[in-house]
Amino acid sequence: MSADSPGNGSQTLNGWYELFSRGARDWLRHNEKIREAVRAHLPQIVAGADVINDSARTVRVPVRMLEHYRFRLLSNGDGQGVGQGNAKPGDVLGQSNPSGGSGQKGAGGKDRGGIELMLEFKVDDIVDWLWDDLKLPNLKPRAGATEEAEWKREGWDRRGARSRLDRRRSLKESVKRRAHDSTSPAFTDEDLRYRQLARRRQPALRAAVFFLLDVSGSMSDRDRQLAKTFFFWVAAGLKREYKALDIVFVAHTTEAWEFNEADFFKVTGTGGTVASVGLAKVHEIMEQRFDPSSCNVYLFYASDGDNASDDRAAADTALDAIAQVARYAGYLEISTGIRSSLSEISSLFQSAIDEGLPCSRCSIAGPDDVAPAVRHFFSAEAHAGAGEEAIGGAP
Amino acid sequence: MKPDWRGHVPKIEDLARRLGLDWSPVIFEAVPDSFMTEIAVYGLPVRMPHWSFGARYIYQLLQRHMGYSRLFEVVFPGNPGHAYLAASNGLADNVLVTAHVLGHADFSKNNMQFRRCQDQGNAQIIEHAAAHARQIERDIETHGFNAVEQVLDAALSLEQYVDLDQPLRREHYPEYGPAAVERRDDAFRSRYDTLDSAAEASSPTRKPRAPIPPHPERDLLWFIATYAPDMESWERDIFLAVREESFYFYPVFATQIMNEGWASYWHARLLREADFIPEEIYLDAIKCHSDVVRPVATGEQVSLSINPYHLGFTLWEEIIEKSGVEAARRIMREDDDFSFLRNHLTREVATEMGLFRYQRRQNGPIKVVAADIDELHESLLIDKYNFGAPRVSVTEVRNDGTLVLKHDAQLDGRGLDAERSFKVLEYIKRVWRRPVLLNTIDAAAKTVEFSSESAAAA
Repeated sequence: MSADSPGNGSQTLNGWYELFSRGARDWLRHNEKIREAVRAHLPQIVAGADVINDSARTVRVPVRMLEHYRFRLLSNGDGQGVGQGNAKPGDVLGQSNPSGGSGQKGAGGKDRGGIELMLEFKVDDIVDWLWDDLKLPNLKPRAGATEEAEWKREGWDRRGARSRLDRRRSLKESVKRRAHDSTSPAFTDEDLRYRQLARRRQPALRAAVFFLLDVSGSMSDRDRQLAKTFFFWVAAGLKREYKALDIVFVAHTTEAWEFNEADFFKVTGTGGTVASVGLAKVHEIMEQRFDPSSCNVYLFYASDGDNASDDRAAADTALDAIAQVARYAGYLEISTGIRSSLSEISSLFQSAIDEGLPCSRCSIAGPDDVAPAVRHFFSAEAHAGAGEEAIGGAP
Repeated sequence: MKPDWRGHVPKIEDLARRLGLDWSPVIFEAVPDSFMTEIAVYGLPVRMPHWSFGARYIYQLLQRHMGYSRLFEVVFPGNPGHAYLAASNGLADNVLVTAHVLGHADFSKNNMQFRRCQDQGNAQIIEHAAAHARQIERDIETHGFNAVEQVLDAALSLEQYVDLDQPLRREHYPEYGPAAVERRDDAFRSRYDTLDSAAEASSPTRKPRAPIPPHPERDLLWFIATYAPDMESWERDIFLAVREESFYFYPVFATQIMNEGWASYWHARLLREADFIPEEIYLDAIKCHSDVVRPVATGEQVSLSINPYHLGFTLWEEIIEKSGVEAARRIMREDDDFSFLRNHLTREVATEMGLFRYQRRQNGPIKVVAADIDELHESLLIDKYNFGAPRVSVTEVRNDGTLVLKHDAQLDGRGLDAERSFKVLEYIKRVWRRPVLLNTIDAAAKTVEFSSESAAAA
């Protein structure tokens, strides 16, 4: 369509129309409603969120347009209509599309089911929702942890840096002085007050979390993706509690390596699984870098559960060593099918749980189980009692 | 500066008058494209806020962005009528659009469906809709956003449930039914009748209360606004506002093919006879015209949809060629799409246009089927019955206030979608404030009853 030079009609345009857009206003309301609806489906967002690196504060979630419901006839997928063109009875004009129903022509009912949009959610909001919805108790800083010093504001002094001049306080002093002697000048150096700083002891707010991932040949891309999603939300949950959170990424097959975050989820390995190697690596880094008396150390281990059977004793020892130091160790089993008995690593953690160590384990089968798993670990951690829970079918 | 299209308007109007068009004055206004999009979404230039319009708005923007469709004009009938022209229209577009608008204005002044609606005092629909919107803004201030939105959710989801055969301002049902006749021709009765009439007057006369509703009521908006047990008056007003707008939308809906065809016929004819229009403008305008009335499929192509402009335009050309303008004007006054297609879409025209009927099976092939002309008519009209909505009416209000709705599954041939029905029942329940039931059939043609209560539990 050929349009003349833009703005051709603009001299006759009424500026009123540019003032606001009803459509945009109602669109915003639609999105607000989607947010409310999305909140009701947290597990799906948690699973579907395009999890991104540490620095991003938002996740993008694909959502469908909301439908304003009306009475609609049942649709069995059959339909009829009138077409136009060069066709005669008996001609086949293609295949009906499986999702396409009939009866989409109601006065306002154009089917918009196909459109998906991306909405951005703040990670902090989602974590807050998770906490609210799951009614999780807030994590308590570790009892008896050492305190650390921090500068706090405290009191006033007549001397100090110009930047810490308290003008309100100074004015009060001036008023007080002039109440005695109304002839004196408005301000003197004597009136000036400066805020003072003092060192105060603070409860420890530092934490370190180890993410240990089995990258052996048996872990598929999907398994790693599930682990990644799980780790993301665990990290988001811990960040909510601790001002400073160090995250250490360790992957293992029959060997173990430390990675940075970017590489961690891309690693694929081949060959078998020796869990003790990974656990030993974690323990080694813990010993080297983190002082358990000033830092809450967490370990989360994700694996498909297989382990070399001759590794049992070694793994047991390594886990015990970690459990002595760590505040909490969680094991996430990504199971694809139903097992008749506990996997190697599950039984390893189960025995640790039975010994009363601060451990916990949980199985997940699919993306929708991630949120319940996060919930499981944090409620187990908060209650300091260890437990076991299976989500999604595996025992 | 280029000559403005407004310069051509009086001349086109003169010509139209000479050709026998008869319309109420129209106010032309050029508005930005974004505003055109909003008119297309809301149906009216200023209308009540609701999130569902927002979803449609974005959908429209996407469509427009992808270049699927373009709006040239929207006309609102009335006295005076209003025509909004897209500011991006070129000069030739606007000359064409002016002629097109006059066709619409002629149609809406004379067509029976529009006249009936305007006789009910709906001639100032733009102003009324704006007043409704303003009132709803005030309601939001007084009662809060969520309360108002709940009412709008219910009212707009029942938008199509009005009874066009009833006046816009409807009386309540009669409170009492016909008095029961209790005459017994026995001896006692005859002796009693000889008593003096004073005694007669003191005897209690029983006039039975009429049931509500006395007959199945399909005007759900009116019924709920009038008989809901616990509805606030501002909530009733919102229902009646939506109902009034539906009364306005119905003629537009029920005469779309005729109306667009009529306007297209007249813009083509006016343009052809307008010797005052410079040639290059004429050529551009005619190009634009042929884009508008072009069949979806040309040559060897096949399409599963039809262009209503093309259908209406072809039929009017045929009628005027055969029977002349006067006969056409009579048809224009008296018909709506139902009678128009049934009376004038003949086998010959259908074949010439290449219309065919197809059937589609789930996950199966889409097949062209043989259809006689009556079947073709029905296929074209099937989505137009009952304002395009399943037939649902109120049959009963129980003593505990439960509202009972019945879906006429026999006439519609199928039951109702359960999930959506539950949602609508939930909407209604929030304003009816008592349980709401709906009778229909399921996929196996067994009678089922949906209840707003079980929906809440589900």
